[in-house]
Amino acid sequence: MTGRRAVLLTVLGGVALASSVAVIEAKHQSRELQSELQVLRVERDRLRTEWSQLQLEESAWANPDRVARMAREQLDMQVPRHFELIEAQP
Amino acid sequence: MNRSRRRNHKLEPPPAWRARAMLGLFGVFAVMLGARAFELQVLDQEFLNEEGAKRHLRTMEVPAVRGAIRDRRGAPLALSAPTESVWAVPAALLEDPGRLSALASELDYSTAELRDRLENYRERQFLYLQRQLSPAHAQRVMAVGAPGVFLQREYRRYYPGGESTAQLVGLTDIDGRGQEGIELALDDELDGTPGSRRVIKDRVGRVVEDLAEFTPPDPGGDVRLTVDLRLQALAYRELKAAVLEHQASAGVALMADPETGEILAMVSFPSFNPNSRDSIPTGTLRHRAVTDTFEPGSTFKPLLISRALDAGAFTRDSVIDTEGGRFRVGRLTVRDFRDYGDVDLRRLLTKSSNVGAAKVGLKLGPERLWQVYNDYGFGSISGIRFPGERYGVLRNFARWDDVTTATAAYGYGVSVTALQLIRAYAALADDGRLRDLRLTLANQDDWQAAPRQVISADAAAKVRDLLGDVVSAEGTAGRAAVPGYRVVGKTGTVRKVEGAGYDAASHQSLFVGMAPADDPALVTLVMVDEPGSGDYYGGLVAAPAFSNIMREALRILRVPPDNPATLTADAAAEPESKS
Repeated sequence: MTGRRAVLLTVLGGVALASSVAVIEAKHQSRELQSELQVLRVERDRLRTEWSQLQLEESAWANPDRVARMAREQLDMQVPRHFELIEAQP
Repeated sequence: MNRSRRRNHKLEPPPAWRARAMLGLFGVFAVMLGARAFELQVLDQEFLNEEGAKRHLRTMEVPAVRGAIRDRRGAPLALSAPTESVWAVPAALLEDPGRLSALASELDYSTAELRDRLENYRERQFLYLQRQLSPAHAQRVMAVGAPGVFLQREYRRYYPGGESTAQLVGLTDIDGRGQEGIELALDDELDGTPGSRRVIKDRVGRVVEDLAEFTPPDPGGDVRLTVDLRLQALAYRELKAAVLEHQASAGVALMADPETGEILAMVSFPSFNPNSRDSIPTGTLRHRAVTDTFEPGSTFKPLLISRALDAGAFTRDSVIDTEGGRFRVGRLTVRDFRDYGDVDLRRLLTKSSNVGAAKVGLKLGPERLWQVYNDYGFGSISGIRFPGERYGVLRNFARWDDVTTATAAYGYGVSVTALQLIRAYAALADDGRLRDLRLTLANQDDWQAAPRQVISADAAAKVRDLLGDVVSAEGTAGRAAVPGYRVVGKTGTVRKVEGAGYDAASHQSLFVGMAPADDPALVTLVMVDEPGSGDYYGGLVAAPAFSNIMREALRILRVPPDNPATLTADAAAEPESKS
């Protein structure tokens, strides 16, 4: 009788202890994940900012007027006006 | 528990002092609590007030990014990039006057200005010092280390298309709400829903603790336009050159794909720089293709002829006597540029004979002539859902007499928008199918009405063939030619209505055309308003700009040449100059 009671108490005590350790563990993990989430949010924010700035930069470089000007002035290119027609070979 | 054991145990009453001691202890606690409450509530209110002020529970808005507007190939036309706005709690900042001057110089204030501003709003908890700084600039401001100064994330709108897309894309106000153009028309799709977070803040506004309640912001959706930025920039460049060369007051250029009704370019000059909103000159904000109406003039003639052929009233071989270039209808004398003698329909269009057109119109009669305008979509909006689009004016035929009918036959007495005109020509190009024009690529089919057959495919093809000589040394628009392609189109030179009548010195020069002639891939319209340098005929002012735009556009879109022989010859034939 008393032997069984003691065993029961010990087991319950052990389970309670394990559960409280688990709670501490979970709290700790939650805090860690929370701070990781915060870091990732900041990172995402930074990347979004960079992405929109890169898009703006790209559209500034790729501006059609700028491309046309550089082609004409720096690369000495011109729009072909006169063509020579050749027969396509079979 | 074990009952038998408890029954055996003898209970003794507890000693009386225990109850008295407990009671006494409770009494002491009650007195202490009461005294402390009295002290806090009555004697020392300061303390609680201070503690309360140290933290407030606040809901902070997390701004949502507004959707981008992109062209058909994905190039951004309007893009939101994050910026930081600097705000302050004036009372907190004034506590550290030593840093004011350093802060002022970072913010482009003078120290006195900044101090005055802070003093004026001392009672406020929130005061913007500078809005929408670049993130790097904002970091320099924060590096000063002044107390009570904070950053708030805001988005700023950038418009990489610049002047060429300014009126089309439109503007938002500083809080990101659509004000003009597509920004206004599609505001619901572009606009995001801000999120929120619950935080505890201290007295100077620092976030002390972030509570777990977080609603993420819902970003706005992107919008894809049918416009191609390359063609848009090209059309703007050529239109601007034409307007400046002819000292004109304004201009419009439109380009559309006749098989889908998609608008590929839509520009209006004069324009403004949408990236610096401090100075937007008056009259540049509206898109003239949408908001301005004009009389179509000679550009209406091909539409008239198409119906005349379709109705069987005329055949392509019909001959019309142009009465020596002077034709009286009631109190009106219809005039031609010169005497063209007897003309067939091809020559009527090539020379743009008003007398010929008037005779065709009178033979059709007011009701059928009105029907031509109505069927080609004049008097109804084009379908692009752009703010401020005008219907133009098309009066009911019941009130048309012979004079009205004759003038309507060559495009006077009716006012139209450039969008309506290019839609009508797109129908001519697409075998007589009139479509709603389209400006957005998304939800293509759900709101678009089915195309309407306004003339037979055969009549449309015949008219394109009859227009073949307009763009030649013979016709009114030799300068609209594009090497390698057969271009068909029509000039228009319209006197503007000023007050009561027509102003002899004020004109609008028009050219609407398409290429390649047999199966047009592109329809383009150029309108130059009030050319002031002497030339005002559509063939001299609008046609060269049309040619430049078409040449490049056909190359960019890789439309195969249908007339390669002209690629090798020098195609710059001298045109005859009239409308």
